[in-house]
Amino acid sequence: MRLVLAYLLLVPLALIFVTPLLWLISTALKDDAQMGAWPPVLFPSPLRWDHFYTAWTAGNFGLYLRNTVLITVLASVGQVGTSSLVAFGFARLRFPGRDALFAILLATLMLPGVVTLIPTFVLFKQLGWLNSFKPLIVPAYFGGGPFFIFLLRQFYKTLPQELAEAAHIDGASNYRIYWQVMLPLIKPALSTVAIWAFMGSWNDFMAPLIYLSSPEKFTLTLGLRLFMTNTQTRFQEMMAMALLMTLPVIVVFFAFQQYFIQGVVMSGIKA
Amino acid sequence: MGQASAQAQPAASAQSTTAVRRSLWSRPIQRREAIDGYVFILPWLLGLIIFTIGPFVAGFYFSLTEYDGLTAPHWVGLANYQAILLHDPKFLLAVGNTVWYVAASVLPGVILGLLLALILNQKVPGITLFRTLFYMPSIVPAVASVALFIYILHDRFGILNELLFRLFHVAGPHWLTSPRWSKPSLVLWSLWGVGGGMIIYLAGLQGVPEALYEAASIDGAGTWRRFRHVTIPMISPTLFFVLIMGVIGSFQVFTPVFLLGSSEYAMESAGPMNSLLFWVIYIYNQGFFYFRMGYASALAWLLFVLLMVLTLLQFKVAGRWVYYEGEELR
Repeated sequence: MRLVLAYLLLVPLALIFVTPLLWLISTALKDDAQMGAWPPVLFPSPLRWDHFYTAWTAGNFGLYLRNTVLITVLASVGQVGTSSLVAFGFARLRFPGRDALFAILLATLMLPGVVTLIPTFVLFKQLGWLNSFKPLIVPAYFGGGPFFIFLLRQFYKTLPQELAEAAHIDGASNYRIYWQVMLPLIKPALSTVAIWAFMGSWNDFMAPLIYLSSPEKFTLTLGLRLFMTNTQTRFQEMMAMALLMTLPVIVVFFAFQQYFIQGVVMSGIKA
Repeated sequence: MGQASAQAQPAASAQSTTAVRRSLWSRPIQRREAIDGYVFILPWLLGLIIFTIGPFVAGFYFSLTEYDGLTAPHWVGLANYQAILLHDPKFLLAVGNTVWYVAASVLPGVILGLLLALILNQKVPGITLFRTLFYMPSIVPAVASVALFIYILHDRFGILNELLFRLFHVAGPHWLTSPRWSKPSLVLWSLWGVGGGMIIYLAGLQGVPEALYEAASIDGAGTWRRFRHVTIPMISPTLFFVLIMGVIGSFQVFTPVFLLGSSEYAMESAGPMNSLLFWVIYIYNQGFFYFRMGYASALAWLLFVLLMVLTLLQFKVAGRWVYYEGEELR
C-alpha cells in the first residue's frame, strides 16, 4: 500500500524531471517537419545527426572545446594538488595558530564571492592578465578553495593516527608521509574533489565572461551563449550544442558514481 | 588499508638512518612539525591574502571612490552609498527583483527537495534509478539548461505553451518576453535543479537511527507524528544548512538571469522592462558595462552586509528550532 502510494507520486514526478532532458536530446535529432508536429515527437525518425556537424562548424565549437579542456585540466590539477596539501597541514600537523587559521578558512566559506569580484578584476587587469586564461587557472593553485580543503581535511582526520606515527618512527618526513602514506589512502576523496573541480571549470560562465573578450579565447559556455544569441541559429542546432556540453558531465557522473560509492564504502570499513 | 601501509613501509625504512641522524641535530620535534605545517598551508595562506583579504579590503576602499578602472580612484567618501540608497530607483528595482526571486525559489526548492527525499527514503525498489533521474538535471551546465528552457518556454515554438493550449485550451503566457512572467520562468528553471538538495536530505534521512522510529512507534506515534517529532528534528541541521546556503546563493544568482536577460553579447542585461535586473546583474552592469567600479563595489558591499546580517539572523533563529545532537530537546 505504502509502495503503491510512493510509486503514484514518484513516477509522474520522475517523468516531469526527465522530459526536458529527453526533449533536449530528441530536438537535436529532429528534421524541420517533426519540430512543430502534434502530438510532439519524443523519438524522432528519421534521425538527423547533421545538426551536430553544422552547428559545430558554424559556431566554431572545436576551438572553444580546446580552450575549455585546457583551462579545466590545468585548473583541476591545481585545485586537487594544492587542496590536498593544505588539508594535510590542517588535519595532521600541529602548529601555533592552526585553529584560528582554520576558523578563518571556514569563515571564507560563507563569504559571498561577489564582494571580491571587482577588486579581483582590477588585480588581474594590473597584472596584464585580461583576455588570457591565467585568471581562470592561476587562482586554482592557491589551495583550491575553502570547500575542497574542508572536505579533504575531514577525510584525513578519519585515517588512523598510528599509520603516520609508524612512518614517523621509521624516519619519514611529513612530506614523505603526505606523499606516500596519506595520498594513496584518500584517493576516493581526491576523486570527489577532482569531479567537482572539473564541473566547476567546465560549467563556469561568469569568470570567462568577465575575463575573456576575444572570441578565439572563448570557452564552451561563452561560445554556446554567442551561438544562442545568433538569430541564424536554429533550435535543433542550439539543442545539439547544449547536449554536447552536457554529455561529458553526464559521462563523468555515471563513470565516477561507482567509484565514489566504493570510496564511501571503503572509508566506512577503515579503522 | 593494509595494502596501503605495506606500500609505505619500505619507503619509510629506507630513509630511517638518515632521519635518525637528522633528528639528532634538529631542534625539538614540535618545531619541525610547526614549520612543516606552515609550509603545507602556505598556498592557501598566500591565496587568502592575495585573492580574498586583499580584494575584500580594496573593494571597500573602491566603494568610497569614483573609479573607472583606468585612471586612479578618486575619493568621494560615502557619496556612492548615499546615491545608491537615496537616489537610485534602479537599485530599488534590483533589490525588489532579487528578493522576489529568493522568496519564490528557495523555500519551494527546499520543500520539493525534501518531499522527493522523503518519498525516496521509503525503501522503494528502484530507488537508485529514481535518485539518478531526479539528480541528473541539477548537474546539467547552467548555460545548457537555460538554452533548453529558452526553447521550452518560447512564445511560439515552445512545447509548454503548446501543451497548455492543446490539452487545456489555455493560451500560455509570454514566459520570457513579458515582465510579469520572466521571474516565474527563472523559478521554474531553478526548481528543475532541486535534485542537488534532495541528495543532501536523503543522506540526512538515512542517518536517522531506525531505533528512534521504532521507539516512537511503540509509544503509539503514527506516520505524521513520527515525521514531525523524529524526522524533522533529526534532519533540521541539514535543512537549515541548505536553507542558508540557498538564500546566500540565490541572492547572488547571475548566470541564468544574465542569459535570460541579455540579448546580445557584451550588452547590458536587464530582461523585459528591467524585470530581470537583479542585484549582481546590476553590479555587473555598473562595473563592466559602464565601468563605474566604485559604484559597483559599493553595491557589492551592501549585498555583503545584507548577507552577513541574514546569516547571523538565521543562526539566531535556528537556535529555536534546529536540533543538534547532544543537545537537550526543547
